[in-house]
Amino acid sequence: MIVFDKPKSLTDAELHYCPGCTHGIIHRLVAEAIDNLGIEGKAIGVAPVGCAVMAYNYFACDMVEAAHGRAPAVATGIKRSLPDNIVFTYQGDGDLASIGMAETVHAATRNENITVIFVNNAIYGMTGGQMAPTSLPGQITQTSPYGRDVKTAGYPVKIAELLSALDGPEFIARVAVNNVKNVNTAKRTIQKAFENQINNKGFSLVEVISSCPTNWGMTPSDALKWIDDNMIPYYPLGVFKDKSAKEETK
Amino acid sequence: MTTEILIAGFGGQGILFAGKFLANKGLFEGRSLSWLPSYGPEMRGGTANCSVVLSDEPIGSPIVTNPDVLVVMNLPSLDKYENAVKPGGTIFVDSSLIKREVKREDVTAYYIPATRLANENNMPTLANMIMIGKVIKECGVVSTDGMEEAVNKIVSARHQNLKEINLKALKIGEEY
Amino acid sequence: MSKVLMKGNEAIAESAIRSGCRHYFGYPITPQTELAAYMAKRMPKINGTFLQAESEIAAINMVYGVAGTGKRVMTSSSSPGISLKQEGISYIAGSDLPCLIVNVQRGGPGLGGIQPSQSDYFQATKGGGHGDYHLIVLAPSSVQEMADLTALGFDLADKYLMPAMLLADGTIGQMMEPVELGEEKAVSTEKKPWAVTGTEMKRKHNIVNSLYLAPDELEKKNFERYEKYKTVEENEARYESFMMEDAEYCVVAFGIAARVSKNAVVAARKEGIKVGLIRPITLWPFPKKAIAEAAGKVKGMLSVELSTGQMIEDIKLAANCAVPVELCCRVGGMIMSPDEVLNSIKKLVGGAGK
Repeated sequence: MIVFDKPKSLTDAELHYCPGCTHGIIHRLVAEAIDNLGIEGKAIGVAPVGCAVMAYNYFACDMVEAAHGRAPAVATGIKRSLPDNIVFTYQGDGDLASIGMAETVHAATRNENITVIFVNNAIYGMTGGQMAPTSLPGQITQTSPYGRDVKTAGYPVKIAELLSALDGPEFIARVAVNNVKNVNTAKRTIQKAFENQINNKGFSLVEVISSCPTNWGMTPSDALKWIDDNMIPYYPLGVFKDKSAKEETK
Repeated sequence: MTTEILIAGFGGQGILFAGKFLANKGLFEGRSLSWLPSYGPEMRGGTANCSVVLSDEPIGSPIVTNPDVLVVMNLPSLDKYENAVKPGGTIFVDSSLIKREVKREDVTAYYIPATRLANENNMPTLANMIMIGKVIKECGVVSTDGMEEAVNKIVSARHQNLKEINLKALKIGEEY
Repeated sequence: MSKVLMKGNEAIAESAIRSGCRHYFGYPITPQTELAAYMAKRMPKINGTFLQAESEIAAINMVYGVAGTGKRVMTSSSSPGISLKQEGISYIAGSDLPCLIVNVQRGGPGLGGIQPSQSDYFQATKGGGHGDYHLIVLAPSSVQEMADLTALGFDLADKYLMPAMLLADGTIGQMMEPVELGEEKAVSTEKKPWAVTGTEMKRKHNIVNSLYLAPDELEKKNFERYEKYKTVEENEARYESFMMEDAEYCVVAFGIAARVSKNAVVAARKEGIKVGLIRPITLWPFPKKAIAEAAGKVKGMLSVELSTGQMIEDIKLAANCAVPVELCCRVGGMIMSPDEVLNSIKKLVGGAGK
């Protein structure tokens, strides 16, 4: 009996992520959703710049590597060209919420029929731990060595709240992957974000609160706890916008 | 033969439209031609000019710096371009808007009170076409045959009722 | 086929549609707006995409997305907007994808002005964005060529799997001339073996990518691309030669500057000066052989351009010091008159004769 198997939508390539990083879990959840929905042959992914830059080696579907922050624009082009395919982006916080903010907001407001997986770990991982747009007030990073000072560096960007204020997007939710319960919710939510696209409902974004033990300077288990103690209080989990559900309850 | 025409005035006087008529007329006659507008941030009310070159040979530069024919519908344009006209060239002046005469003696000048004629004939926006009617008659830059065809081409589908009045304006200019 | 009267910008749009392009992404900027307006009107009627993007950056990345799926796609802008697109252009070149980029140039640097210019020559022909790469750069000098070179641009981009740029200017974009449009081509449904179209579980996944972290791999990629560029240089340099048969002096100019120069050459001939014109139609590949050949015959050359002297560097390289090469230029949206070019020709004749 097989009790554990790798999703078909992941390749055999060995992931390069640091030990304890939750990117691996999120990759798996995306791949499982693709497997469950039977869309591997139709899926086209767009990889970001950042830690997940080499996601194109890990997902078994067709992949495009985008410039920093531009994944929603690239995905828009792909989806307009191939409306019957399933197009998703996989982006980090620097990519999606800083340099790519315009592309994110406008893909959302156009209700572009794509799925966006937004991994928020409150830090720039690949470049070595700089302050991210989502770094918490007081959070120490390489470029906020005395802690993020909101007087000079401003406040974190709450993407789920911000985007759900728009009329455009179909579905905006925030999940976390720091414990089994949260992972199970994340799995269902990510799958829904793909189902929405299959059903032509439009822009669906799942913000996934993730950890970065290496750059947070913690053990993996402390990092998961830090999510509970610091991240989730600032970034509450839940569904922020679900246009179709709202219509159904009317 | 190549004729270089410069039409100038205020935006909103139909300067570009007048040029387009000549260009389309030239197209129907199978001639080489180019039409080049001035373009800028002022959509209305600023200065506008347009270069039209009609020729029996391939056209080099579409930019008219020394026109054979100058059509002016405001004083700043006459002041600006009078000296640029080629010796022996022709200047057409809307005399209801420009209260001075052409100073040069080596060019031929025609004075047409086009704006007044347009108002009197209930076609206040067509002083431009009255001027063009006169240009065609005096300079023969295009033939007077087949005017209707060219008017049809430039009057947009939703303004087809304006065909007749454009033709009438051309006629008024021709007969002035 | 009969000729129609069209603005240069519109001729590009119609020709692109007839070339089977069904995807256009842009952002408003003068003086190319007619092109986007034309696409906005036509694309929805022919099952195509017109999308006004949130920025030039987004537009070029949408182009990258469509190009990755193997379909014909284009964007258009003017100088400041083209600067913004450079990142995306570099990625497209680095991923070996075809597309057409239109630059209806205006004066710069910075916000510059909105009048015609040719001052993006360096940017267009030497790469433009970061990294070692080239675009095929086509320089139309009439409304007819706006149409013809658009079609050629798509074909060459597809043939060599690299982006092509139509480097026009505000004058050619805004002017109307009679134009004969090509036959409408069917939209290609051919699936490119490299494109991302979904694996359909029948093949290994395709990856569109310009990232090669191993330096030896990246070097190999770059060298391979340069082998391709050599082929393009060998086969695709195009130019028009005007009154060069017995010429003792040679004017080199492209785009609107070539139109003005033609008048000057005709005027000079009337005064007994044996001068001709070489008009590069492709700026990259630059018609080096034609220039070198002319340099071997004439006494002097004159580069006429709407920049402070950019193409003149390529002319000098091709002429290889065989003859003096002088410059006649206007910039910032000003255009030289035929008389100014004629005077420069006369100066060249005087100088070279000394």
